[in-house]
Order: sequence, then C-alpha cells, then structure tokens
Amino acid sequence: MAKACRRTPNPPSSGSKIDPETPLTAAVTEDQHRPDLRALFLGFSSVGLSGFGGVLPFARRMLVEERKWMSAEEFNIQLGLCQFLPGPNVVNLAVVVGKRSRGVAGAIVAPLGLLAGPFAIVLLLALLYDRYGSLPLAQGMLRGIAAVGCGLLFAMAWRMGAAIRDKAFFLPFTALTVVAIAYLRWPMPAVMAGGLLLAGGVAWWKLGRR
Amino acid sequence: MIVLELFLEFALLSFVAFGGATALLPEMHRVVVENHQWLDDTTFTNLYAIAQAAPGPNVLVVTLIGWKVAGLAGALAATLAMCLPMSVLIYLLIDRWESFAGKRWQQAVSLGVAPLAVGLVFSGATLIAGSAGLSVLGWLLVPLAAIVNLHYRKLHPLWLIAAGAALGVAGLA
Repeated sequence: MAKACRRTPNPPSSGSKIDPETPLTAAVTEDQHRPDLRALFLGFSSVGLSGFGGVLPFARRMLVEERKWMSAEEFNIQLGLCQFLPGPNVVNLAVVVGKRSRGVAGAIVAPLGLLAGPFAIVLLLALLYDRYGSLPLAQGMLRGIAAVGCGLLFAMAWRMGAAIRDKAFFLPFTALTVVAIAYLRWPMPAVMAGGLLLAGGVAWWKLGRR
Repeated sequence: MIVLELFLEFALLSFVAFGGATALLPEMHRVVVENHQWLDDTTFTNLYAIAQAAPGPNVLVVTLIGWKVAGLAGALAATLAMCLPMSVLIYLLIDRWESFAGKRWQQAVSLGVAPLAVGLVFSGATLIAGSAGLSVLGWLLVPLAAIVNLHYRKLHPLWLIAAGAALGVAGLA
C-alpha cells in the first residue's frame, strides 16, 4: 500500500544518471494535492463527523486514499510527531496538514473543520442531557453506554500494552502508573514527569546496548 | 473567574496528554470532581458516556465537561485549552521534526511514554467503572465488551455501544 503512493520509479535510463526528482515533477505533484481552505475545512469535517471512538483511521483514509493529499509514507512520518507530542493526535495532524497546504490559515481552518461539526453535535446532546438526563430511562441508557465504553477502554489498554516490546522492562512502569494515578490519586503532571524520567531512562539505556 | 480557571487547568493538562484525551480521564476527574467539585461523580461518568456515543475526536469529552461547568464559554474554553498549546507547538516544530526523528533521545521518550499511557488508560477505565453505579449485570457488561472488542476486530465499536445503550434502557445495566 505504501509503495503505490510513491513516485513512479526511474525509467531505465541509458547513459548518464538523471535525478528523477526534478523540481518540475515535484512542483506538479504538490500542486495537484494542495487543497485550498474550503477543501481543508470540508475534508476534515467529514473526518470529524464520520469517526466514532477514535477518528485517526478515518483521517488516514481521507488523506491518503480518498483525496491523496499525502502519501502513506508521508502520513506515517507526520503522524510520528503528532503522536510523539502530547495532546489530541488528530487535531495535531490537522494542524500539520493545514500548515503544509495553506500556511497559517490552513493550520487554523483544518482543525476548525475537524472540530466544528462534532462540537455542535456534542452540545446538542448536552442540551438533551440537561433536559432529560435525570429520567430513569436516560440514566439507564448512559449506564449501559458507560459500561461498554469502559470495556472498550480496557480493551484499548490491553492492545496498547500488547504492542509494547520488552514487556519485562516496561510493563512495571504501567503498574506503577496505575498505582500512582488510580489508587494514590497523585497529580498526573508530576507522575508523568517522574515516570518519563524513569521509563525514558531505561529506554535510553536499552537503546545504548543495541 | 471559573472560565479562566477551567482554561488554565485544561491547558496544563494538555501538556501531559500523552495518549490523547482518553489518557486524561483520571486526571480530569481529579481536577474537576475532587479538587474543584465542579461536577459530581455521576455527571462526570454520564458526560463520558455521551462523548462515547457521539461522533468526533475523543477530545470532545472535554467540551462536555466545560459545558457542564460554565456553559458555552466553558465548552469553548476547555476545548481551546486542550487543543491550542500543542497545536502552536506542533506548528512551530513540524519543519524540524525530520531532523530529530529517530534520534536516541526521541526514541527513548517514545518507548518510555508508551507504558505510562497504558497505565493512564487502564486507570481511566477503572475509574469510570467505579463511578458509573453499575448493577451486577452492568459489571458483567464491562469484561464482555472488552472481550468482544478484542476478539472480533472487524465489529465496529458503535454496535457495542448501541447494544449497551439498549441493555441500559431495558434496565439491565
């Protein structure tokens, strides 16, 4: 899938080597895939409104497969920073795509598109909740959703944990985090700073041994 | 000035939101329910449930909390606080990302933060389970949803949420 989006391979050239990535090709590609502000807003709106329980897969489909604003490789590289930094990954990603396409204006419009629709829907639901939230039926429904949502969170934690390599070294830090956050109720900024120093230190040491 | 307070609290949280808003659930609960007592336990869990059932990025649970604490201004303040600081940072950093991607310190942070994020999500799950006021059947629903979600990966989670809502309406949660 990643390969399909790459530039076409070199034609078999005879004689001297020719750089296949001439400025001309690059410019053309960029122009084709550079959305304007309207397209940015609408594209990210569609992502925001179609995603339930995590919109990242929808963002990938829109950016890479449907509208081809970036290649699969570019997507992975950009996503790297968005996941490296804290904060909502998908919002970060919208900022990056917006900036690359249309500078500051794009970096504002893309996340706005992502959030505006869902923001309105969520507020509508909040109004309904204010009005009917205390009814037993609504309370029951929300309890049922919370139970399932909670199960989904455990599943997500399980999957994230399963993806960690060197479990013997790193999963103890998961346990420590749970104790500090869920049982001791320590403030998260402090826990994260300390945890990152310790776990990051172990990772640093392990990287050095390779 | 409750809106300003809300903005500052959530802006601070955005700097440690490794793993997104989901990982922040325990800390938001601590700040909003325990420290400031802006919301009670049940309301907090209800807001989480509403956010689960709505489309859009997970971060919108923050919008709901802001709304409940301080109306429309609160909703805007909380959402902006959560998104703005990192957006600005990422805007400034993206051009240099490729030069420090793959460096040893960058890899160490990525590797080190992963187990912490798992712990945060796990903590959020226990916290929601504990404060949802579930019946015995409701408690059974939690592992059931987790197992079904892990086992049938093609089944969209929305179906599970719909099933949970239906069971809840029927008085079985």
